Amino acid sequence: MSDSPVDPEDVRHVAGLARVDLADTEVDEFTEQFADILDYFEALDEVPEVDSEPELVNVMRDDEVHEGLSQEEALQNAPETEDGYFKGPSVS
Amino acid sequence: MTAQAVEPTEHAVVIGLEVHVQLETSTKIFCGCSTTADDDEEPNSRTCPVCLGLPGALPVLNEGAVEAAVKIGKALEADIPERTTFHRKNYYYPDLPKNFQLTQYDAPICQQGSLEISVEGTRRAIGITRAHLEEDPGSLQHKGGSIDTADATLINYNRAGTPLVEIVTEPDFRSPQETRAFLAKLEGVLEYLGVFDSTRDGSLRVDANISLVDSEAVDDDGSIDDDALADANRTEVKNISSHKGAEKALAYEVTRQKNAVRRGRGVETETRHWDESRGITVSMRSKESEADYRYFREADLPPLEVSHWKEEIPIPELPDARRERFESEYGLGSEAASKLTSTKSVADFFESVAESFDADLAATWVADNLLGELNYRDMEITDVEGRLEEFTRLIELVDAEELTVKNAEEIVLREMLDEGEAPETIVDREGLGKADEGEIEGFVTEAIEENPDAVEDFHNGEDGALNFLVGQVMQKSQGSADPGSVNELLRAELAE
Repeated sequence: MSDSPVDPEDVRHVAGLARVDLADTEVDEFTEQFADILDYFEALDEVPEVDSEPELVNVMRDDEVHEGLSQEEALQNAPETEDGYFKGPSVS
Repeated sequence: MTAQAVEPTEHAVVIGLEVHVQLETSTKIFCGCSTTADDDEEPNSRTCPVCLGLPGALPVLNEGAVEAAVKIGKALEADIPERTTFHRKNYYYPDLPKNFQLTQYDAPICQQGSLEISVEGTRRAIGITRAHLEEDPGSLQHKGGSIDTADATLINYNRAGTPLVEIVTEPDFRSPQETRAFLAKLEGVLEYLGVFDSTRDGSLRVDANISLVDSEAVDDDGSIDDDALADANRTEVKNISSHKGAEKALAYEVTRQKNAVRRGRGVETETRHWDESRGITVSMRSKESEADYRYFREADLPPLEVSHWKEEIPIPELPDARRERFESEYGLGSEAASKLTSTKSVADFFESVAESFDADLAATWVADNLLGELNYRDMEITDVEGRLEEFTRLIELVDAEELTVKNAEEIVLREMLDEGEAPETIVDREGLGKADEGEIEGFVTEAIEENPDAVEDFHNGEDGALNFLVGQVMQKSQGSADPGSVNELLRAELAE
């Protein structure tokens, strides 16, 4: 696909934004897959228009406190914790 | 007009601000978790599936936050558009567990407002471009060193989801001093509205855009040539947390940019971090551009149509209106009226005092004595909020002539602030209660007997002699006598 809408630089840029480190072979693989995904979306252009339901507006709740999670519950899915904190790699 | 050679180094400063304020609601903006942080609270103890970004959790907007934003819009004389929407701002950083921040993009809740400031007697309106609602991220701790050298990040999501309003100004500031005046005024207005608590740590955070333009591009009325502004390189200074900090950070940045231009290096467009403890700004690497945030509509939050709330939600009298009323209602000068209305707590206290006492007495005590002594101690009225009743009692003692003005000002007020004691306790301990008539008469007799020379001088028509004798009596009474009545008593005694 020479007229691909996605080039390897786009993939590297998007991966960089998502803090994902890709090997060169992976970049090639994803370049192809990204292009395929965009192709699928083009299929939407062929779907006939339908009347959409009227959109909701002003959905709000009162400013009242509701019980949330305990610290233990909040942390139970975390791969690593320390002193009640979620623990992750250093970021800058 | 005289012809003047313009040096290439003559520059005008152009500053615009982005001010983040935490709204004083009970709950977070998209979930029912409390926003009240206890001093010693555990990390991650005020969270739920929504503010932790757990799969499937859905945000529901807090009506209280929307009301607060509408009040702010009214106070800033901004438009509340027919329809306003929420967007996702995508970025990958652990302070946001969802990998996006819920914010507003092309249809913010407040648009096109203004706020008037006064600097050195000149009033200027600062344009407000927009103000929008968004969620506060969580807080990070960089473990084992600074942000650059840390080996792990500890994350606390208690703050995540606290409602924020981000207020964006036009590039209307021409000096760091003006930004400080603006932020102080804005804080005052927000407190009057009851939507903001300045004593909460981190409740006000400021980013500033600053550039230098050729001073020729600035008109006399302060407006700036658009092209000159577009051409100028600018830095964005982040991490400013107070109005004093804003003035310091921007003064530093003005000097840094001017030096860079003078040395021929020029100013680079970049993001810089204000390091408050070192008093400098440091370059921050920032790779993301606006497009990289890939903003898109948040489908889980329906649009808002609340422009009619502007008519329905009342707001209280604001500082400017109150200042004008203080001038007309209490006959105060504009300086005293400004001082008394700059914060709501001071203005409320003044009005409560003025209810029971003469307005001039109330103004002197609140604006000059109390604020003066607080300022001297680097304290604010909020530091003595719970003790205002004691200050009223002090004024009452003076008003009832049970304590002299001098002792009240110089001893009792100062000790109240330094020792944290009630006025009566200090008056008793220091023996400052006004002396009774009989006691003073005794002092008068003593003074006359002990100072025959002065008495003779008085009879020879020397005015100074009487003042000397008054001083003697005041000393004997340890300042508790009233100089006026001592004067009368002495005259009567000496005339016999």
